[in-house]
Amino acid sequence: MGRTLMDGNEAIAHGAIRAGCRFFAGYPITPATSILAKMLELLPPAGGCCLQGEDEIGSIGYCLGASMAGRKAMTATSGPGLSLYSEQISFAVGSEIPLVIVNVQRLGPSTGSATKGADGDIQFMQWGNSGGLPVVVIVPTDTRDCYFLTIAAFNLAEKYRCPVFLASNKEIGLTRESVDLDSLDVPEIEERTVFTSDPEDYLPFADRENDGVPDFLPIGDRTLVRQTSSTHGQDGYITTDSKEIARQRQRLKDKLENHVGDFTYYEYLPADKAETLIITYGVTARAAKQSTLAVAAKKTSVLVLKTLWPVPEELIVATAASYKNILVVEMNLGQYVREIERLIHDKPIRFYGKMDGNLISPVEIGEVLNNG
Amino acid sequence: MASLLNHSRPLVFCPGCTHERIVRALDNALGQMNINGSEVVLVSDIGCSGLFDVFFHTHAFHGLHGRALTYALGLKMARPELQVIVTMGDGGMGIGGAHFLSACRRNANITLLILNNFNFGMTGGQYSATTPVEAITSSRFLNKLEHPLDICQIADAAGAPYVMRCSGLGEDLSNNIEDAISYDGFAVMDIWGICPGRYSRKNAMRKSDILDQIAKLTPYNGVIEKNERSEYVSSYNQICSELSQPTPPLVVDKEHSPVISGKKEILILGSAGQRIVTAGELLCLAAMTGGMQATQKNDYDITVLRGPSIAEIILWPEEIGYTGITSPDVIVVLSEDGIPRRRQSFAQMAEGGLVIHNSRISVPDCQARTIAVDFAGKGVGAKDQALGALAFLASLNEGISLAMLNSALEKKFTSTHLATAQQTLAKMQLVEQPGA
Repeated sequence: MGRTLMDGNEAIAHGAIRAGCRFFAGYPITPATSILAKMLELLPPAGGCCLQGEDEIGSIGYCLGASMAGRKAMTATSGPGLSLYSEQISFAVGSEIPLVIVNVQRLGPSTGSATKGADGDIQFMQWGNSGGLPVVVIVPTDTRDCYFLTIAAFNLAEKYRCPVFLASNKEIGLTRESVDLDSLDVPEIEERTVFTSDPEDYLPFADRENDGVPDFLPIGDRTLVRQTSSTHGQDGYITTDSKEIARQRQRLKDKLENHVGDFTYYEYLPADKAETLIITYGVTARAAKQSTLAVAAKKTSVLVLKTLWPVPEELIVATAASYKNILVVEMNLGQYVREIERLIHDKPIRFYGKMDGNLISPVEIGEVLNNG
Repeated sequence: MASLLNHSRPLVFCPGCTHERIVRALDNALGQMNINGSEVVLVSDIGCSGLFDVFFHTHAFHGLHGRALTYALGLKMARPELQVIVTMGDGGMGIGGAHFLSACRRNANITLLILNNFNFGMTGGQYSATTPVEAITSSRFLNKLEHPLDICQIADAAGAPYVMRCSGLGEDLSNNIEDAISYDGFAVMDIWGICPGRYSRKNAMRKSDILDQIAKLTPYNGVIEKNERSEYVSSYNQICSELSQPTPPLVVDKEHSPVISGKKEILILGSAGQRIVTAGELLCLAAMTGGMQATQKNDYDITVLRGPSIAEIILWPEEIGYTGITSPDVIVVLSEDGIPRRRQSFAQMAEGGLVIHNSRISVPDCQARTIAVDFAGKGVGAKDQALGALAFLASLNEGISLAMLNSALEKKFTSTHLATAQQTLAKMQLVEQPGA
């Protein structure tokens, strides 16, 4: 592609095509609309299908149907639309339907500010659907990440048969940057594992031994496939067997939490003799990295998390171990800091965040560091 | 004629429930059509009608209340050869109203069987969107205050090309369902039935009552000629097969030597319609032809043709981290609209900063060097002043050179627009400076 001027939303669309996305449905909403527009431009000529739903519930529903028919699927929205996705997200979680959900976050609550950025949905993406089981949330910091992590998101959705959130932000989605996507070492494209044994033996929710993910067969092929949002056994029929229910629920939890080490995306910038570790993510990471270049803040390292859920506990605990104190910086009033506080008990944890529609600047972070 | 009934899953409806008859009629219809189970997907949602997919040896997709039509379209788009049959109750039709309307308007080849028994049977007989005003339900008086929906009239008005209202107890049900499935387009069947467990306990309803009530309404017997048109999925695929490949993203290689060595933060303040965003893009592209890194953030109101339009551009030979502008090196002011939102930026300007403004508007006092440009006097209209200002900046080597700007214009625009842009540059009567 060479060097281009591209915003995060465009990069997500190109990343999706590269990952093999063949179905997209969305509903216009600022600041995510341009993903729908770009997918409508790119996908149909590539042999895929792009729809504008009658609402967000419809859009994600189309994706669930298409995904079960074997297509790699993606949808994109922002806070108010994500709220409407909720029931369908829990369906994708419980019934193991691969899907990439892009959330270009805007300042909330509610309709909030359509053209202002924030990272206000960080806990909402994990917990905003019924049942309380894990989802995958990965977070880009810039246009390049949008491309790379969209491909990663598809790989994860297919591999683990689950919804994967790409938690962007208006400040990434609509900010253009000079970027050379060709120079990126992108992940190899992965496909969902298809059942290849005797069709007579096919159970749509049988867990594989190695990773607990059921083999896939698409609805529409010769072997009959059952999909259901109701509590089901391995055969896809409703079950009331409490042991089977418990086993399936545990499997849904374990298949992601036990493998988070395999998909912990992050960037770690250690500084010599640093006593403070900044833990941050998303667009704020860019300011944090810049803040440590300032003279006064030199003795500070930065850990940029790009996998937020399931919480990459090992990485966080191991990285934090050698520091005297931690500063969590995020573009909200304190969400992921709760996870850090849950994991680290032996040192002070400070928090800096704001929600005023503006980016957190390197100067602000520098001031917090210097005043600590 | 083979049955597709799943004998390991016997029917579980209340004795006398019309749903059971509809299951058997659907099975007969599929048998009459000689369809294999693997050629069919039964899509269902919540309520007693949501049990249907279990009773058949077909593909099955059971989801959330009222959303069955959304899964159905996704399946149909991905697998156009699949026979997609949706079952919903009057409850699912009510809660999924937007999807129902949308499906009627789209006309994908999907068959929708609405098992209309005038109440929410599974949750205890609450009133639904089709409950008659005079009915007695567990919702006490609420249904007396709401007008029941006529599903068929709504489907008709929304453009469904096939709509049938019939009794679930009718003799022709199998044939009717076969006719609906055979139709190449969205076919809606409003099938009236008895809910013995709930609704009919307090609302006497015999086979003949259903027929009497249907007879009082506008008849719907299948094809609605005025709504007939080509099927959605095949039309969609036809259009897509004729699409040309999209234009690839604009690639910008380094063609010029950079004219700056440090970071340059540039703010362009104007009004909607003044092509501020395009100017920002051109500035970035121009800088990229000099091998620079660039970022652009825009700030404008949701309304398109009114209010301020602001572009924030950072140019730097190095990787750009933070994309906000804290102390601008250059502020370009083309209208008064943008000033109030960035008034503080004038006070925060970097040392050696530069303000370029339309000479016909005044700008806040600041320490920076200020240059007034009489764009109108040079014959440059409001829509071209942003480009004119870029040319002015380029003539001073403030971030970009005129050669870079010209390269950017050649990349961004094709013949007509390029000529217009070049005319704007000519009107500015600028002289190229030697590179910094």
